[in-house]
Amino acid sequence: MARYIASRLLLAIPTVLAVLTLVFFVVRVIPGDPATAALGDYASQEAVEALRETMGLNDPLYIQYFSFLGDLLRGDLGKSMITGKEISELVRQVLPYTLELTFTAILIGTVLGVPLGIYTARRVNTWVDYVGRVTSLAGLSVPAFYLGILIMLLFAYKIPILPAVGGGDLGDWKSNLSHLILPALTLGLIMTASVTRLTRSAMLNVLKDDYVRTARSKGLSERAVIFRHALRAALVPIVSIIGIWSASLVADSVLTETVFARPGLGKMLVSSIMQRDYTALQSVMVIYALFVVGINLITDIIYSFVDPRIAH
Amino acid sequence: MKDKLDVAIDSEMASLEAPAIQLRSQKKRLFRTFVRNRPAILGVFLMLLVLCMAFFADDWFIAIPQGREPQPLLAPYNPLEQDAANRLSPPSREHLMGLDSFGRDTFSRVIYGSRVSLMVGVIAVLIGGVTGAIMGLMGGYLGGKTENVVMRLADILMAFPSLIMGLMVLAVLGGGLFNMILAIGIVLAPTFARVAHSSTLSVKQNEYVTAARSVGAGNLRITRLHILPNILSEVVVLASIWVASAIRVEANLSFIGLGVSPPTPAWGSMIRDGTKYLFQAPWVSFFPGMAILITVLAFNLLGDGLRDVLDPKLQN
Repeated sequence: MARYIASRLLLAIPTVLAVLTLVFFVVRVIPGDPATAALGDYASQEAVEALRETMGLNDPLYIQYFSFLGDLLRGDLGKSMITGKEISELVRQVLPYTLELTFTAILIGTVLGVPLGIYTARRVNTWVDYVGRVTSLAGLSVPAFYLGILIMLLFAYKIPILPAVGGGDLGDWKSNLSHLILPALTLGLIMTASVTRLTRSAMLNVLKDDYVRTARSKGLSERAVIFRHALRAALVPIVSIIGIWSASLVADSVLTETVFARPGLGKMLVSSIMQRDYTALQSVMVIYALFVVGINLITDIIYSFVDPRIAH
Repeated sequence: MKDKLDVAIDSEMASLEAPAIQLRSQKKRLFRTFVRNRPAILGVFLMLLVLCMAFFADDWFIAIPQGREPQPLLAPYNPLEQDAANRLSPPSREHLMGLDSFGRDTFSRVIYGSRVSLMVGVIAVLIGGVTGAIMGLMGGYLGGKTENVVMRLADILMAFPSLIMGLMVLAVLGGGLFNMILAIGIVLAPTFARVAHSSTLSVKQNEYVTAARSVGAGNLRITRLHILPNILSEVVVLASIWVASAIRVEANLSFIGLGVSPPTPAWGSMIRDGTKYLFQAPWVSFFPGMAILITVLAFNLLGDGLRDVLDPKLQN
């Protein structure tokens, strides 16, 4: 097992490097000069040139690339070109909001999705199953920002029990939690739709297998058949879809943060694109990419626990 | 009475016709399975409804040959016409979905908005599908270094969630309709490349490919005549599923403000405009959102139905 985990960790390194390289080059091909963007169109040529020198933009591309990697290794994300603030400081302020939103949504999606999937699989081709199938497909079809708006209209306007916008105070758990519920519910419900669908089809595949029939014929209770035999075998695709959706939730958090005017990486990403803040954009992209690679790595490791054959 | 030669010829002809009949009956069976799938038929119906909305929003197909400005046909009003005195009016008999913050008819804008969504959905999938299929085909058929480079590139592009990748491409290209279509096409290409790659790998093992190579057919001829037709059905099914995703990504990008330039009606940007008056005039955001939901659902239902029909497990 340890060897498997070590090999996955090692394999993640080239992926991270490739993704970082892509981000580096993409930011370099964005039209317009970052120094001019930082100083404005009316800045003198000398000032722009001086800033280019300070930012290292006059260096050859390979030197810029290695200094980008070196800075990242030291945890130095540079300064925002618009506000002049340290980006690592800005990230430290908003990252907890995105993390709590994403993890709560993953939790909601898993806790609701897996039991609902099992339930609908056990009642296949009944009205419960039909309702479940159409609802989960509708859940997959609704854009996150629109569901966010509907939830906001319902729980912050029609039945005003929770705050509509903002992220709350991280130090005050009540304020933090009340601001977290609606956005986390938005993302969590979308994930629930997908997890329900996949759990249902994975369970249906497994429930037809011979060993499930054998377990039933041994006289085991239905509970034991479902949880000890069928679910264990269906867990690999379920873990896989939870992993895929967790990575996708990171992206959907961009929209949810915009709808709920919540501080977070997503809001930072959108504003850095709108304001053409290249250094902030580069940093946020890197963090998103690391997020996704990290989630994929965790999914791979969980696989090996769910199905020990994978590690061999 | 037939002599022995006639009987032999008849049986030879029958054996030649057998595969064609088998293929026809298989197609009929697949069609019957699809028609019996009620959710898929609902998807087809909803999709036709949205197509009608897009096509008959105005009479451009009559107006263009006559060289005049198109007039609204299905849409009751011009989507750009403003009635400032009644801005943010609620739904009424005159304005079924109310008016937006500029006093424009939301119903007409929802109808016209279907054009942007469908255009982006279909063209982006075409761009992504063709590019990805060529990438996957080349990688799978040529193998070696080409395969390594192409497929690793696809892997790297897939490391980013589609929205983040779309945002990244738009940051480089800038906003607007054409760039958005291109961005979504680039986002979709790696998925098509993967499918085309794996299908090519299995198709190229077939004896007819070896036979074609042994009679001296070139790479281009083999891929064009023998491999491409055999991987096409999988790519087409994937395309119908990904139109739904493309429309969703378009709505997301328009909502963020990187979509078509105003005042052209697009569902995502209509919702974005409405959020400023959400509690005062929820209809401005509500109806375009329902339009997105119904359209994406239609393509998802259709895609699900097609996948069910072509799933070998279900065929058995």
